[in-house]
Amino acid sequence: MNLLVCISKTPETTAKIDFVNDSKEFNTEGVQYIMNPYDEWYALVRAIELKEALGGTVTAINVGPAANDIIIRKALAIGADEAVRIDAEASSASFVAKQISAYASDKSFDIIFTGKESIDYNGSLVGSMLAEYLGLPFLSYVSKLDINDGKATVSCDIEGGVELMSLNPPFVLSAAKGLAEQRIPNMRGIMMAKRKPLNAVEAVEHNDSTRVVRYSMPPEKSGVKLVDPENMDELVRLLHEEAKVI
Amino acid sequence: MSVLVYVEAVDGKYKKTAYEACSYGFRLAQMNSANLVALTNADSQTASELASYGVKTVVCFQSEDLHDSAVLSSIIADAAAKYVANAVILTDDSRSKALLGRLAVKLDASAVSGASSLPESASEFQVSKSIFSSKAIGHYSLDSAKKVISVARNSVGIHENAADLSHEEFDASGYTSSIELIEVKRVKGTVPLPEAELVVSAGRGMKDPGNWGIVEELADTLGATTACSRPVSDSGWRPHHEHVGQTGIAIKPNLYIAIGISGAIQHLAGVNNSKTIVVINKDPEAPFFKAADYGVVGDLFDVVPRLSEAIKRQKNS
Repeated sequence: MNLLVCISKTPETTAKIDFVNDSKEFNTEGVQYIMNPYDEWYALVRAIELKEALGGTVTAINVGPAANDIIIRKALAIGADEAVRIDAEASSASFVAKQISAYASDKSFDIIFTGKESIDYNGSLVGSMLAEYLGLPFLSYVSKLDINDGKATVSCDIEGGVELMSLNPPFVLSAAKGLAEQRIPNMRGIMMAKRKPLNAVEAVEHNDSTRVVRYSMPPEKSGVKLVDPENMDELVRLLHEEAKVI
Repeated sequence: MSVLVYVEAVDGKYKKTAYEACSYGFRLAQMNSANLVALTNADSQTASELASYGVKTVVCFQSEDLHDSAVLSSIIADAAAKYVANAVILTDDSRSKALLGRLAVKLDASAVSGASSLPESASEFQVSKSIFSSKAIGHYSLDSAKKVISVARNSVGIHENAADLSHEEFDASGYTSSIELIEVKRVKGTVPLPEAELVVSAGRGMKDPGNWGIVEELADTLGATTACSRPVSDSGWRPHHEHVGQTGIAIKPNLYIAIGISGAIQHLAGVNNSKTIVVINKDPEAPFFKAADYGVVGDLFDVVPRLSEAIKRQKNS
């Protein structure tokens, strides 16, 4: 199968989040970056598993500057065969979706994988935009994917359950927890990744119509009120009368 | 000109988020001197409920293909064109996650998922949204003439505005799906985590999966849904679907009780939008206490059963 995995770069999960330039820019100073966990742990690994079982090629694609190559090389070390970087800042979900759709439109990918969301902007938009640009079916929050005789059976997470569906490729999906287990690249993978192709391509024109104009921090809690562990009636009273949540 | 809200009835009933989306749509419609039109899969009797939340026109359609975002987004986009909508409002849930991007592309619209505020005015259209897994808030400017927005639960509230309702039908028979829906499986009995208002969550401080009885007892007593931290689900102590946090489910309940969870930044990211947080931990230095409203420093094996008993006493009084 011809598989495309969209990977994005995000601050690592414990990164300190703050803003500069009048709260108009994310403060990148000292921030370590990682491959978005949903892209790496679930989307990429399931694509590699399918390739190992059925044959084919896994291509990883990222929209970003040359500094992202280190993250793209990690995707190759985990087991992607080749990679593409679209040389532009990933300024919005629609920009990223537009770039990837422009690249993928004439490549006959069977399945295009995205993560269910990026852990920075939490939009869950790229997958469904990409599907619409390419005119393909889209399955979101996929926690199980099997291919039998070319036909896909898919479980999509919904509130309190799953929808079990079946369809023929090509399609786009977003990957959720459960789709695969995280893989740690081994030394051989890391060495081989250095020789695998990573091609930078030019971006196409696209105007963003949704922009982050300012950032702020959530209101801080006013401080914890400690309750005597012997007196749970007092906690219940506070939850009932003060917080009014029970 | 109108504002179109898409609200889905599940098993013939609306959830609270449907009324929140209508309330949001109504206030947006007021700003634009527009009418609020609701598109819904419900029958017209069920759909009449929406009149209480400012809906002027309810448009009912029938489709077996709601699971296919290609079909459903086409129905919504065509209805938006028919009713000349400049904004489409959705609930923020698994359904809208599949729809929002498609609609934005189809309508050439600006899009924000999980908006937690209304714009100040129709002319300066900015809304806020929780980002960086609830560690920050982004203020988004929606510059296209058309907007597609899903509304975060428990953020803008429900506002009743009785309206005279007119009923219309939308013919959705001409849309065909390429995805076969085999089965919908739902956990019976408990409220799903993303929709739960009361959540009881436990972590490694429980020491052993066999100790979860006291957590379940507390959840049953409260009518709450159970959750857990990542190490607990990764060790297979509890099912994956209970994992709340940055890489699990992000939740926004009224009450979150954290038992034996230290409060790593990745865990806080998924839960600190909860209205009230109670932390029970024997370590007074646990970072979670900094994010809590109420704290109990003590042995969870004593405190949790005591809390269940106290809740029973309060319910019986």
